[in-house]
Amino acid sequence: MARAIPTRQKIMWTALAWAFGLLMFFPIMWTFLTSFKTEAAAIADPPVWLFFDWSLENYATVQERSNYPKALMNSIIIAVGSTLLGILIAVPAAWAMAFVPGKRTKDVLLWMLSTKMLPAVGVLYPLVLLAKYFDVMDSRILLIVVLMLINLPIIVWMLYTYFREIPGEILEAARMDGASLTSEILYVLTPMALPGIASTILLSIILAWNEAFWTILLTTVDAAPLTKFIASFSAPEGLFYAKLSAASILAIAPILVMGWFSQKQLVRGLTFGAVK
Amino acid sequence: MGQIKLNQVTKRFGDVQVIPPLDLDINEGEFVVFVGPSGCGKSTLLRLIAGLEDTTSGHISIDGNDATQLAPAKRGLAMVFQSYALYPHMSVRKNIAFPMRMAGLDQATQDAKIDAAAKALNLTDYLDRKPGQLSGGQRQRVAIGRAIVREPAAFLFDEPLSNLDAALRVGMRLEIMELHEKLKTTMVYVTHDQVEAMTMADKIVVLQAGVIEQVGSPLELYHAPRNLFVAGFIGSPKMNLITGAEAQKFGAATIGVRPEHISVSKSEGVWKGKVGVAEHLGSDTFIHIHETGLMDMMTVRISGDIEARHGDTIYLTPDMTQMHKFDEKGLRQP
Repeated sequence: MARAIPTRQKIMWTALAWAFGLLMFFPIMWTFLTSFKTEAAAIADPPVWLFFDWSLENYATVQERSNYPKALMNSIIIAVGSTLLGILIAVPAAWAMAFVPGKRTKDVLLWMLSTKMLPAVGVLYPLVLLAKYFDVMDSRILLIVVLMLINLPIIVWMLYTYFREIPGEILEAARMDGASLTSEILYVLTPMALPGIASTILLSIILAWNEAFWTILLTTVDAAPLTKFIASFSAPEGLFYAKLSAASILAIAPILVMGWFSQKQLVRGLTFGAVK
Repeated sequence: MGQIKLNQVTKRFGDVQVIPPLDLDINEGEFVVFVGPSGCGKSTLLRLIAGLEDTTSGHISIDGNDATQLAPAKRGLAMVFQSYALYPHMSVRKNIAFPMRMAGLDQATQDAKIDAAAKALNLTDYLDRKPGQLSGGQRQRVAIGRAIVREPAAFLFDEPLSNLDAALRVGMRLEIMELHEKLKTTMVYVTHDQVEAMTMADKIVVLQAGVIEQVGSPLELYHAPRNLFVAGFIGSPKMNLITGAEAQKFGAATIGVRPEHISVSKSEGVWKGKVGVAEHLGSDTFIHIHETGLMDMMTVRISGDIEARHGDTIYLTPDMTQMHKFDEKGLRQP
């Protein structure tokens, strides 16, 4: 296991890894710093790093000018709602494909994945027209359904992969033991696939939370989530970097915190079955 | 309780007919073993009875009621799987309780039955462990416990011992037979091991390519195999099957003599050959004999030991009263 690596080499690789890591992290850090600057300091040339008048003013302004709690609430409802709806549909779908596959199951799976290759703009007009026809523009339910549909292929694929790891004989044993299909899924399949289901839920929430194209285009005020909230600080009045940064930090903070606390679960889920 | 009847049952997987029309009666309280080489359809047949596979045509009735379309849970059968198929996230207690929980039994009844099953199967000390913390034999006992508490019309066993090591297998084999003696419930047991079949069964069903080659008690199959396949499959070491001129002397296309029905001598006998490898088991010795001019390699079983070196010439005399004769279709001649 332990190979002797010369100290010089170790230092070199460590430095390289840190440099690369910081490079990746830089935009987020810069946004974070900028959110505490004045608009003037934000666009100062040469850029100021740490020595400026730190102030929470931007956060206050952002709160005044738009309704953060409402956007946050919308984001939560849309992300969680679309995820739960997606899981509800995907569990039976993945169950069927994993345990009673037909001749065309593989094709169905690939077809579902292929929908992810379609440019979203391609279905923009049909979707907007449909939303108008049903009078659901700028509603949470519209976004829940749309984001659920967008993430469904990924949710089904992930669950399918996890379910495939579960020996079919155990489900057959449950059937012999008198379990109905619902009991079989509820008491046997779900507990066994729990790590997989949990990481699927986490990933789906993250994807829905970050989705910007549809959330920005299909909402105006009522259902506007955090993505729209950020976007509202760029458009017509011109760019206000400091306020935009403050809004961005407010928008990504909840998902970052959630990601931080669930990273163990996330990694375990994503490598589920790889190591036994 | 526990009578199973298969009437013209067939099974196809796509274009492949796994089970051609098949009839079979399993009587109440019987220990029936399905035996055959791998891929002969024995597990499929068991799964058809269990309801885990749908029949393509034909009827299955259990205790006189048509069960062909019934869900597995509704058939009143319990199954023990090769992989044990325990619920890994539940303790032994919960595993055993699961069928009763599904049936909605009250907690007191459940507890009483779990205790009884655990005592009978030596699991009392392990009730709160998870299956992952048990040995193979213990897991198998949990699987059996889970089957017992259902008080099923019949037990179905799908190669339950093949994951166990040899010593444990013999022990579990006895335990299952004891269980059958005690419960008197119908048991249907699938194995590819003809020794298991011979030792456990009241009735053996020999299958090949989905077709029943013969049904009978172990000794019926041993003494009067209906055809060449059964003759070659039942008995260990295998029956010596001789074709050609030697067989014609007896008015048959093939004659069969079991290794234990041949006596050996160093000076005289009907057949002559050279000694090959000898397998010494202590109580018995299997001698492989070459250059008989009758078949590739003949096997002889003698009790005790014999002074025979590799390459020695040896004379063989079959016991004529124990000789089996088969016609050109491979069927037994009277």
